[in-house]
Parts: sequence; structure tokens; C-alpha cells
Amino acid sequence: MSNTLFIDGQEIPFAPGQTIMDASLEAGIYIPHLCHKPGLTPHGSCKLCTVEVDGRSVSACTLPAAAGMKVDNNTPALQEVRKTLVQMLFVEGNHLCPTCSKTGDCTLQALGYHFGMLDGHFPPFYPRREVDASHPDLVLDRDRCVLCELCVRASREQDGKNVFAISGRGASAHIIVNTSSGKLGDSDLTLDDAAAHICPVGAILPKNHGCEVPFGRRTFDLHSVAESDVAHVGLQKTEHHDE
Amino acid sequence: MEHTASNTRRIAIDPVSRVEGHGKITLLLDADNHVQEARLHIVEFRGFEKFIQGRPYTEVPYFVQRLCGICPVSHHLAAAKAVDQIVGVDELTPTATKLRRLIHFGQVLQSHALHFFHLSSPDFLFGFGSNLAHRNIVGVLEDYPDIGLKGVKLRKYGQQVIAAIAGKRIHGAAAIPGGMNKALSDDERKALLVDIADIIRWSQDAVTLNETIHLQHPENHAFATLSTNYLGMVGAQGELELYHGGLRARRADGSDIFDQFDYRDYGSAIREEVRNWSYMKFPYLTAIGKDNGWYRVGPLARVNLCDSIPTPLAEAARVRFRAFAGGAYVHDTLAFHWARMIEMLHCAEAIQELLNDPDITGTDLVVTGAKRAQGIGVIEAPRGTLFHHYQVNEQGLIEKANLIVSTTSNNQAMNESVRSVANQYLDGHEITEGLLNHLEVAVRAYDPCLSCATHALGKMPLQVEVVSATGEVLNRVSKNMDGVVECAL
Ligand code: SF4
Ligand code: FES
Ligand code: NI
Repeated sequence: MSNTLFIDGQEIPFAPGQTIMDASLEAGIYIPHLCHKPGLTPHGSCKLCTVEVDGRSVSACTLPAAAGMKVDNNTPALQEVRKTLVQMLFVEGNHLCPTCSKTGDCTLQALGYHFGMLDGHFPPFYPRREVDASHPDLVLDRDRCVLCELCVRASREQDGKNVFAISGRGASAHIIVNTSSGKLGDSDLTLDDAAAHICPVGAILPKNHGCEVPFGRRTFDLHSVAESDVAHVGLQKTEHHDE
Repeated sequence: MEHTASNTRRIAIDPVSRVEGHGKITLLLDADNHVQEARLHIVEFRGFEKFIQGRPYTEVPYFVQRLCGICPVSHHLAAAKAVDQIVGVDELTPTATKLRRLIHFGQVLQSHALHFFHLSSPDFLFGFGSNLAHRNIVGVLEDYPDIGLKGVKLRKYGQQVIAAIAGKRIHGAAAIPGGMNKALSDDERKALLVDIADIIRWSQDAVTLNETIHLQHPENHAFATLSTNYLGMVGAQGELELYHGGLRARRADGSDIFDQFDYRDYGSAIREEVRNWSYMKFPYLTAIGKDNGWYRVGPLARVNLCDSIPTPLAEAARVRFRAFAGGAYVHDTLAFHWARMIEMLHCAEAIQELLNDPDITGTDLVVTGAKRAQGIGVIEAPRGTLFHHYQVNEQGLIEKANLIVSTTSNNQAMNESVRSVANQYLDGHEITEGLLNHLEVAVRAYDPCLSCATHALGKMPLQVEVVSATGEVLNRVSKNMDGVVECAL
């Protein structure tokens, strides 16, 4: 039996050990995802990659691909579920896109547009969470954290550090900094760490920068979130790869 | 219900129609049914100063754009000027300064066009008391298609200027700490030049129209008119200056209170009084004191205060304006409209000048400096002097914010104008449609941005109540969305 599976009827190959997400990304098929980034251990927390395999809902980023597997991905029902998940993420935090310098570069915002989300639908929580600006170059704004743990994993797996962790459960879960003070300024995080740039939302941002990339030239002005491997322009005008 | 002094009666009008945002007028009557005091209640978004506490200062210029649907660029720029100081930058590159001026002129042009053509021209073209169903921009487009269309196009042009610089018609992003985020391309520059000659000509027509209306209606001259102090910004030569300059305050007779005042010291020149019945504060000039130190800001103040206007057509219009009062200050409240159109013409001319300035397409956009603990940014917004003041901690988070928006500066003056008109048109407890209309016209002259958050262009239902001192409703009149007046009692 050959190593192929079917995503919405399209047959694609996979290598042993690959997840459904890995295989589909490689084949250029978009399965929505937020907490997943190739190269980092899958986390399976955001559930945006929910697909159906034989009628069962599973996370594409964690489930290993199997030969002959039939995966439903781009169905109206699943898209609706994903849209609801995005709406919930929006109302759980304080996501005021127009005031955030990540606007136009934010994966959560791009997913909102992708699913045709027009409002938060659910009543906003307006949580009060602490902003940590103790680091000279970076701000940790917990208001916008979606608990994807990308920073946690990037710090451990790519930077060889252990700067971040998630503490608490359910509604009280929040991102913490692994220092005795709990302050980012006391950690060994530096501006060139992968963890300093991986946040898909505006929860970890470089300090002292406004919206430096003009409207029309930001990541998601130029790219769809469904394109694989979108290189984010970041906040620095000089980093813009399309100019 | 609000409690008032025992021997006064209360008339409430809620809300004022065709004013940006939501307002309500209470007329406090004495025993002889004279209007003893007028209170314009304004829903002002003071929550902002609290909300922004603890946020990174870099967010402020974007956040403040949400304060207002009409003048987001004004708030953006005032905050950006404050942020420049926080990052230790006192002077931007020539290109960045000119781009900021250009977007500001675009904003003032579109705001002034909106105000006159959409909100005020119906009153003047059809008469203050004319059929409400027709007294709106749609009616203007029907009966005066030429005037109406020019208004629509002027506004659109202003928005086009804004979009070219900020990337979006509203709520774009242009200013960043110490500069601007995008150069203007030569194509964009040329595209904006295409219509500029028409824009200037139509602005001239608008000045002529307002000048004619004012001169031909002597009965308008005393309407809601007040002899007041004025506050505004001027350039180094005392010329009209909307983006950056010193503050000038003068008495009604034109004598100096202060001149070329560094706005970073505004706290010593202006104080804000809190009154228990209003969320909106009452600013006054410290030098004059609480009782008589209130002042007017906005187009009337600026065109009175400046010694000249640095563009020729607007300057010629200013000279005619000042000649109307024999060289003294023009205090006519309805002359706000005339002054507003003179400024619109100035903006159009200034836009043309900037578009022909080689610096405008430059690419040197940002300067950096050493951090400071606070920043104060002041500009002349369409409605008047706008103050943004932020203090930050050593980590760059906002500790304290204070805003004085233009409408707040005109607070006392609007109340006084309302009182004057109410005394003229109130007949016993009778709330006539004439009274309603005239109160609206008086308030509208100031172009108040009432909530700086909502943006209500259409007609709003209008309700007036005559309430006795004991709380009994003596009379109530409602004006619904179609302008139909019903007596409820
Ligand atoms: S800070 Fe950003 S990267 Fe880290 S968990 Fe929160 S959202 Fe994810
Ligand atoms: S991407 Fe699979 S759960 Fe988040
Ligand atoms: Ni406003």
C-alpha cells in the first residue's frame, strides 16, 4: 500500500511519521492552523486544524497520516466550526486590531478575515491581564496572548532557552516568564531569538515601534493566510521582503 | 431626572440632530420663564484617559483614531506629535513634516466640507425653519445640485489625500515615532494634482457663498453671537498655522493675553474646571480666571487671531472677512461658517503648494532621539486647538494622559450661545419648532464633535420637554426621523 492519503478527495503523498498537517502543507493544501509551525513540536491546542477522518473530528497537526486515510478539510461545516473558534479567541482576549502594531501582520486577524468573521459574536470577556514592559527591547502584552505556546516551544527548541511557560488552567491560563521575578526583563530572551518573533498575534512585540509597514504592504495585505510559508514582514520596514 | 435649583424649570432637548454624536440641551428657567442658564450635555469619551493607562506609548497614535469618526487624523497627528517628544525628537525630516502637513490639510478640508455642505448648508439654503424632511444634503442635491455635488467632491478629495498618505480613507496609519511610515510616490502625487485646480475653485465658490449669505442676512449677525476671548495657534510670523506653531490668546477687543506661547506649557496657561452636571470640563485661560477666562477655538478664532494667511486666495478672503467688522474681530457666531470655508480654501491652496514641493516625495522619513518622560502634542484640528498630553514610565508605558479636545474648549461658548438664542425664541413653556431649529443652528455653528466617537450624519429624533420644578412634564414635543412634529401631551 502506497503512502498516500486523501484530503477532500485529493490524493497526496506522505512520509512515515508525518502528520496530516505536515503532508498537506507539503502538498500545498491549506488546513487552517494557529498553534502550529513547521519545525516545532506540534501542540494541538487551538483546534483550528480540526478535520474529519471517517466522521471523527481530529487535530490535523497532531494526528499521524495513515495510508488511505480520507480527510475532510474544506467543508462548510468545518469552516463554520473554525470561524466560531476564532471568534472565541477574539472575545477571550483584548484584541483591538486598530490599535495594535501587529495589525496586518497578525495570524489571528488574518484567520478572522479568512473565515469571513464580521464580529466577535460572543460577548467579550475584557480580561485584565498584565503588560510586561520590563524588557528593554520587547513588550509582553498578555491581553493578546492566545496561549498557542509557539513562544514556549521556540524558546526551548530553537533558542535553547526556556523563557516562557503557560501557567493555570482554563480561563485563568496565562503565559508566564520563567524567572524568579516573573519579569521578561530578567530573562535571557534577546531580540534576535526566534521566540521574540514567533508570536502569531501581538502579544510579544518589539518595543518603541509603531505601524512601520504602511497599509497595503503588510503581510496579509499581500498574502493570504492560506498560502503556505508566508514570510511575515514583521514590524521593521527594512525587513520587507517584497520591496 | 436631574435635580435643579428649586425655582427653576427644565426644558430638555435630546438629542440635538445633525451634530456629530449625541447631545442634549437643558434650559433652566427662572420664575419669569427667562432662560437663566443653558446646559448642553455632551457625551464625551473620557474613558480614554483611563483606558490608555498602562499601554505602550507606541499604540497611542492608533488608539486615538477611534475617538472620532470625523477627525481621526487630527487625533492621530496630535498624539504622534506627543510621541515624537517621548522618543526625543523635536524636529522631523522636511519630508515627514510636509507629509504630516499634507494629510492634516486633507483632513481639515474634508471635515470642513462635510460640515458645511452636509450639515449646515441645508439650513442656509432652505431657511432655518423650512421643512425638515427636505432640509438635508439630499434636498441640497435635489434643489442645488451644483452646490451639493461640489460638497461631495470636496470631501472626497480630502479623503483621497488622506488615503494616499495613510493607506486608508479612515483609520489608516501614517505617523510613527519620529516620522512617517510611507513616502508619497510620484504617481500618487500626480494623481492628487489632477483635480486640485477644481478643488481650489470650488473652495473659492464656497467662500463666496458663505460670504454672500452672511452679508445678505443682517438678521444673522447677532444670532447666538458672543463677544469672547479667542485661542488658536499661529506661525512664527503670526500667520494662520494648523499643524505646528505657538499659541495665541486674545481678548474680544484683540488685545493680547499671550502670544507665541510654547504649548508644552499649556498647563500653566489653561486650567479645566469641573462642573457637577457635565462630564465635559470647562477650560479657561488662567491669566483671566475662571469666571471670564473661557474662550472660543476653531475657524472663527483662528481667522480672527491670525495676522495673515500664507496662501493668496485665502488671504484675500480673510481680508474681506476682517473688513466686514471694520478690522475688529468678527464675533458673529454664524460667521464660523464663513471662516470655516476660508480655511477650507487655505487647505486646498496649501495642498497644491505641498504637492509641487520637491520634498514631498522624499524618502528620508524618520529621525530618532533619546527617550523622555512625557510628550505634549498640539495641533489645530478642524474644530479648534487639540491638546494631547502623555506621561510615560521608564518602561515606556503610559502613566497619565490628558486630552483637551476642541469641542471642550468651546463648551462654555456653546452654552452661552444656546442661552442667547433660547431667550430670543422661547415663548413661555411653548417649545415651538422654530425654537428647536434655532437652537440646533446655534450649536451647529461650532461644529461640535459631541462624542468624538459616534458619527451621526442623518436626522435624529429630537425631543423637548418642559418640566416644572416639581418634575411635572408640562409639555413635550418630539420630532421624529421624518421631521414630523407630534405633541405628546
Ligand atoms: S505570547 Fe504569543 S506565541 Fe506565546 S503563547 Fe501567547 S500568543 Fe502564543
Ligand atoms: S494548529 Fe492544530 S491545534 Fe492548533
Ligand atoms: Ni472628533
